[in-house]
Amino acid sequence: MNIPSSIWTLLVGIVVTLVSLWYGQNHGLLPAPASDEAELVDGLFNAMLTISTGLFLIVEGALIYSAIRYRRRPGDDSDGPPVFGNIPLEILWTAVPAIIVIGIAIYSFDVYNSIGGFSPHAVHDAPIGEQAVRMPGAAIAATLSDTPPSADPNLNQEKSDAAMQDPATAAVRNADQIPQRRNAPGVGVVSPTIGASPDKEGAPPALTVNVTGLQYAWIFTYPDTGITTGELHVPVGREVQISMTANDVIHAFWVPELRLKQDAIPGRQSEIRFTPKTVGEYKLICAELCGPYHGAMNTQFVIETPEAFEQWQKEQQVASRDAQQLVAMNSADLSPAEFLAPYVSDLGIQPEMLQQIHHTHH
Amino acid sequence: MTQAQLQEGANLPALSEEPGVRKWRDYFSFNTDHKVIGIQYLVTTFIFYCIGGVLADLVRTELKTPETDFVSPEVYNSLFTLHATIMIFLWIVPAGAGFANYLIPLMIGAKDMAFPRLNAVAFWMIPPAGLLLISSLLIGDAPDAGWTSYPPLSLVTGQVGEAIWIMSVLLLGTSSILGAINFLVTIWKMRTPGMTFNQMPLFCWAMVATSAITLLSTPVLAGALILLAFDLLAGTTFFNPTGGGDPIVYQHMFWFYSHPAVYIMILPFFGLISEILPVHARKPIFGYQAIAYSSLAISFLGLIVWAHHMFTSGVPGWLRMFFMITTMIIAVPTGIKVFSWVATVWGGKLRLNSAMLFAMGFVGTFVIGGISGIMLAAVPFDIHVHDTYFVVAHLHYVLFGGSVLGIYAGFYHWFPKMTGRMLNEFWGKVHFALTIVGLNLTFLPMHKLGMMGMNRRIAVYDPKFETLNFICTMGSYLLAVSTFPFIINAIWSWMYGPKAGNNPWQALTLEWMTTSPPAIENFDKPPVLATGPYDYGMSHGDDEEVEKVPLSDEREPALAAGPNSALRADPDPKVAAHPEDRK
Ligand code: HEM
Ligand SMILES: [Cu+2]
Ligand SMILES: [Cu+2]
Repeated sequence: MNIPSSIWTLLVGIVVTLVSLWYGQNHGLLPAPASDEAELVDGLFNAMLTISTGLFLIVEGALIYSAIRYRRRPGDDSDGPPVFGNIPLEILWTAVPAIIVIGIAIYSFDVYNSIGGFSPHAVHDAPIGEQAVRMPGAAIAATLSDTPPSADPNLNQEKSDAAMQDPATAAVRNADQIPQRRNAPGVGVVSPTIGASPDKEGAPPALTVNVTGLQYAWIFTYPDTGITTGELHVPVGREVQISMTANDVIHAFWVPELRLKQDAIPGRQSEIRFTPKTVGEYKLICAELCGPYHGAMNTQFVIETPEAFEQWQKEQQVASRDAQQLVAMNSADLSPAEFLAPYVSDLGIQPEMLQQIHHTHH
Repeated sequence: MTQAQLQEGANLPALSEEPGVRKWRDYFSFNTDHKVIGIQYLVTTFIFYCIGGVLADLVRTELKTPETDFVSPEVYNSLFTLHATIMIFLWIVPAGAGFANYLIPLMIGAKDMAFPRLNAVAFWMIPPAGLLLISSLLIGDAPDAGWTSYPPLSLVTGQVGEAIWIMSVLLLGTSSILGAINFLVTIWKMRTPGMTFNQMPLFCWAMVATSAITLLSTPVLAGALILLAFDLLAGTTFFNPTGGGDPIVYQHMFWFYSHPAVYIMILPFFGLISEILPVHARKPIFGYQAIAYSSLAISFLGLIVWAHHMFTSGVPGWLRMFFMITTMIIAVPTGIKVFSWVATVWGGKLRLNSAMLFAMGFVGTFVIGGISGIMLAAVPFDIHVHDTYFVVAHLHYVLFGGSVLGIYAGFYHWFPKMTGRMLNEFWGKVHFALTIVGLNLTFLPMHKLGMMGMNRRIAVYDPKFETLNFICTMGSYLLAVSTFPFIINAIWSWMYGPKAGNNPWQALTLEWMTTSPPAIENFDKPPVLATGPYDYGMSHGDDEEVEKVPLSDEREPALAAGPNSALRADPDPKVAAHPEDRK
């Protein structure tokens, strides 16, 4: 049977298209999305993966086919046909990638806009607010009770704690070596990042959380309630704004399920906004190399129901009141830093941080 | 001597007295012959590659399990910092310069480079820079802030190690600037009479593009590093927020060099591949001009995409879009090259020897890295995978699957020219098979790791990633094993391999028109061009119809019988035309 090559081309084209379409939807390469924004990003990724699979199959297929079909037979010393070029073909394959990347660029542009990349609030100069790292000394004690008892050990917290106690880390972290934000005037720039999505433009976020990264821990403060904790809790379905900065070196805030990442840069404040969608516990990872124990700089990120969130907030506040009393009781002979020192390892923060608390508190 | 006369002898076995032979001592001296320097570059950088490879396997050994049970986290950071620095600055970049040194004068019919002494100086900066860098491991204070060395981290980790790193990279950058000047002047001024730009082999075009970006961007890196050194050693605060400096400025300066640097790392090998494919496919390169000009387009565009490494740090929203679009546009000239290569092999008579297999493997794996590169350009997706193993996978598909396979293809292809002897094909194919399998085993799973949430540069990771990491680690051991057949084959064949003849591949570029290895000044007289560099399959006497306008039509055909006749007319009956048919 002699099937004309155009039919073959057509058949191959159909198979490649079907395989690409299927794989683009069923790749299982990404963790389940946990925010509205993440779903948009996934749509973009699936589209790119579909196109990529097609391109991959075509190029690899052509190479392997050539290697088999056109290999030199022993004894054949002749040359192939002297084809130097083919203008229509060359125009075609200049146009095809051009159209593909224009398509991807427009799609990306749209997704980027929808997740708030163009939010005008995200681009402005402002001194770093005191609030970005506002941490009343008493409130920080609240985190003493912030980690709910859990059956399985929190490996990352252990690693982080161990990292903090390691003499090598302690050596690196000599306060005089590390640029401390408290001494820095700061560039005072709010790093433009991911702001409000267009439909939420102008409206303040339902919840603001200030985040400080420091070797090797994250500190979260809730300016509305004064809560300070070592893990991030947010209620589902309400837009959250994260304002972040770093104390010593560059860190990066990353929750894979949110598909969001942002560097926390000393001397700058950066922001991201998102709307959590799926209740659950996730991992918040530091994604920018920040020192030897960078790999251990993780914490819990909890998306919970509004009720659970309220409950959690109350617990935190009670704990913070208790702690305040404690401070009051002890403060006669102890500075907050001294008082908190024993808890440092539980909190995953460093004495320098406490030093800073002391400063901002007064 | 005309090319015709040169070609007369081209298919004979090598002369018994080897005119290009040199004393081994020459290779350890301040020799100014471009061929000696080229080989010095290639051998030296290959040794650094082996060191970088050992470091990579140490990194992977640590990552076999989620805990830090092999080295301490500090040592781990030094390992990947040195791995990356060595691979980039001491292997890929100078290996490209090595091929350029060896090949450019031969390909354009010149006696040597324009500035032979400068050339030797450029080479001799590399060994001390490399030893300096590696010495930091021995004194126990190796740099550990990553090869990007972002402040403020690089300012607060070990001071000595960081200073050594800066010094070493500055030396290597200087070396590559000196090399680039030399390549540009040589290609501009020393082409054999009658060779226009459009008759130049594509490797020379690639080196024009590479040298241009080297000259434009390396000084910016030097600037960044010098400022960083001031911050580190003199207490200034250019990049240090404590004193009002801005770490983002460093990132801009660093990537202004280091993004173009990825084209410094890949363009020369694009050039090599464009040389190798047509020879072994026995077909002209498809779309000569498209390939030549796309190199220039890539080098120009490469200068305006750097901030795509900073999508998650501090660049304004609209700027991200600008850099996304410029980055994506690079896919077009790159795509043109890939399609042209595929069209070159399509319908040819492929000699699937080791050089060709590596060249086709290059195209096949580079495509994967290129595709993931377009994905990374899409800002919303990059925000998710930036600084994760997805990026590590992408960069290794480009650098290992691209540059390294390209270097191997080049080694196999030009080894007969450089040494006068053939490499063993069987072991070459074993090398190829192990490399391709190892490469994909090592780096393919990393895509998924990154997307699922494994960030890069970590010694400890979430236990749920253990299986995939285990596969990667096994693949990396296979890669280590894969180099042994090559090393043994190269050393053995260099000493005892079968004589190659001057033109074992019946290639048409000028380097094959002289003896193997070439005599000290390459050609007795400036060679006269009789064919274009890729006129394979052109009519030889019997007036076949030539469909497309060949390059050689632009000049008077010097050979009435057709350009390839000398290659084919009277093959020595004792010697089979194809090395693989020889016994
Ligand atoms: C022998 C095979 C190789 C293996 C197994 C390997 C393995 C690795 C691994 C595991 C990392 C990530 C380290 C980390 O993030 O903790 C890495 C990083 C890197 N490798 Fe390789 N690699 C190999 C070859 C190469 C080659 C040939 C090049 C370049 C030409 C290269 C360039 C780099 C670069 C630039 C990085 C980034 C380092 C960083 O994030 O600072 N590698 N490699
Ligand atoms: Cu960090
Ligand atoms: Cu980190």
